[in-house]
Amino acid sequence: MQPVQSPQRTDPRSFAVRAVMMLFQLVVPMGIAAVTIFDEGEFAGRIAYAVPFIVAIILFNVAVAYLQWTRLTYTVGEADIRVESGLLSRAARSVPYERIQDVSLEQKLLPRLFGLVEVKFETGAGGKEDLALTYLSEAEGERLRELVRERREGDAPAMADTVPAKAPPEAAPLFAMDGKRVLTFGLFEFSLAVVAVIGGLAQQFEFLLPFDLWDIDGWQERLAGPGQWLAGLGPLAQVVGIVMALASLSLIGFATGIVRTALREWDFRLDRTAKGLRRRRGLLTRTDLVMPVHRVQALRVETGFLRRLFGWHSLKVVSLASDSGAANHEAVPFGQMDEIAPVVAETGFALPPQDTGWMRAMDRYRFDKIVLAAIVLLPATIAAIFIADSVQWLIPAGVLGAAVVHNWWRWRHDRHAIDARQIYSLHGWFSPSLAIGSRVKLQSVEILQGPIARRRGYASLLLGLAGGNLRVHGMPVERAREWRAGILDSIGRTDFSELVEAQVDARAA
Amino acid sequence: MDDTADLTQLDPRYKTMMRLVAAIFAAFLFVAASIAEMAIPGWTGIVWVPALLVILYVVIWLPMRRFAARGYSLAEERLRVVRGVLFRSDTVVPFGRVQHIDVDQGPLERAFQLATLTVHTAGSHNASVSLPGLAHEDAVAMREEIRAAIRRDTR
Repeated sequence: MQPVQSPQRTDPRSFAVRAVMMLFQLVVPMGIAAVTIFDEGEFAGRIAYAVPFIVAIILFNVAVAYLQWTRLTYTVGEADIRVESGLLSRAARSVPYERIQDVSLEQKLLPRLFGLVEVKFETGAGGKEDLALTYLSEAEGERLRELVRERREGDAPAMADTVPAKAPPEAAPLFAMDGKRVLTFGLFEFSLAVVAVIGGLAQQFEFLLPFDLWDIDGWQERLAGPGQWLAGLGPLAQVVGIVMALASLSLIGFATGIVRTALREWDFRLDRTAKGLRRRRGLLTRTDLVMPVHRVQALRVETGFLRRLFGWHSLKVVSLASDSGAANHEAVPFGQMDEIAPVVAETGFALPPQDTGWMRAMDRYRFDKIVLAAIVLLPATIAAIFIADSVQWLIPAGVLGAAVVHNWWRWRHDRHAIDARQIYSLHGWFSPSLAIGSRVKLQSVEILQGPIARRRGYASLLLGLAGGNLRVHGMPVERAREWRAGILDSIGRTDFSELVEAQVDARAA
Repeated sequence: MDDTADLTQLDPRYKTMMRLVAAIFAAFLFVAASIAEMAIPGWTGIVWVPALLVILYVVIWLPMRRFAARGYSLAEERLRVVRGVLFRSDTVVPFGRVQHIDVDQGPLERAFQLATLTVHTAGSHNASVSLPGLAHEDAVAMREEIRAAIRRDTR
């Protein structure tokens, strides 16, 4: 094949996809407009006038889409990828291979039906400024991705399209989730927010429901059925009614959680490829993303209040690149620690070893927090006892109690540690999270002390991390200074550019 | 580098500039207080006295404290910025982690021949660390020093 390709158009079917999408976008507002405008009478007569206009608008849009499709071309050049587009005004953008950090493929539902992918060239410029080609055939997308990778690696331009697709069978995935796992995950993703919203809506819009959700008598009747046995149970029947209302709400909560999780995580698969960790997931919108290992800045192992009891954890990768907005890439959304460990090893990080010297925050830090809460809430409680008529004093008292328990819990469970390579910070209350940061990959170190902290001798250590936060609160100030000196020493030995290009250097050497 | 002894103070003109900024705010406060005072019958000073106390604090005392609390150092190829009267923050950015450097001058800073040096890092926290109140030529010299260090590191 010739080294420089002639300009190419995107897949012809992408025009069809665009047209269908556009029709949907047009038809919905038009339908609404039709209902509102032709609200009263003579419906059929007026619509006869409107139809030609609507058809004309649709045809015009289809024609524009077609012309735009003919004018959008991309060229895979020697040193860059160039995209030229525009009907009236022409735009040409060129992206050199060296600046392309990665190529990601995304399939939304409709393009997926046509076997098309959206190819995004990530340059690190962030978000919208990245170059995207909508849509190419799956094979072409894959080919472009391989091509960019090979060019970036500086190999001789071995043309990828002599090898039609990735022929060799894939190795076993690093991590994968089957249907059962996704279902279990969905159960834990019980959506309290949805339940609250629906519960609230049910009260607001109960006239829309065929029955009254909170109508205990109604439940009674419905449950009573032919036997009428419930009616005789009296107060117990009311309890059953409330239970049924709650049960139906929680059913919605579980269903939402399962559906949402299944849509996002279906057929989850994480592979180790030459360039990084490759993640594929999604039921309707299937995403395919590569997280370059050398750009991993830190790791986060998270869990939930309930799922911790079952040993379920998630692993997130804090990276320089952005994952459609979010900087944290989920590498393992839902797995046991022994499944997470091999993935952690692949990223070049390590889980804290058994003999890690964990340290707690200072006792006084937590104590001062409780005292501060008491200063505000104790007078409020006392005032409420005297002023308010009923048991309203329970509210400030309850908040105070929660603050005490919270701080006691955090004092018992939050801990931090440092070793020769990494920094660990375990923190959290409902959903404990373990952050693992590399000493070398930090950007700045700040010691922050408030007025109380200065008098009581503790400080917060705030570490600058690309794409995330890493902070330790309530450290003795001497320890914070010690850590800072050590971390700055580690940072000083490597320049930023060596960090980012670490893998390239390693390959060149 | 534990204590604040080896820190360099900012340019003394910065204190004057902070006072000037505070004085502008104080002037508004004084006008508002005067109007309120005139609205209240009898020259009791019930608004003026607290307003004057606030003005004295903001114009005389606070700039002094803020100026004294601030300092920087460039030792060991690291930029260290210390600031804060109530909440003391002590930030260190190694030159090797600096992405780019700004030297900015606002209109007031131009009048006082001062400048603000801002270094940008790749971190989400402390994405930019700024150091106001430097003499302009000092800020430029610091920029050159940091830039030279970066180029040396990257070969």
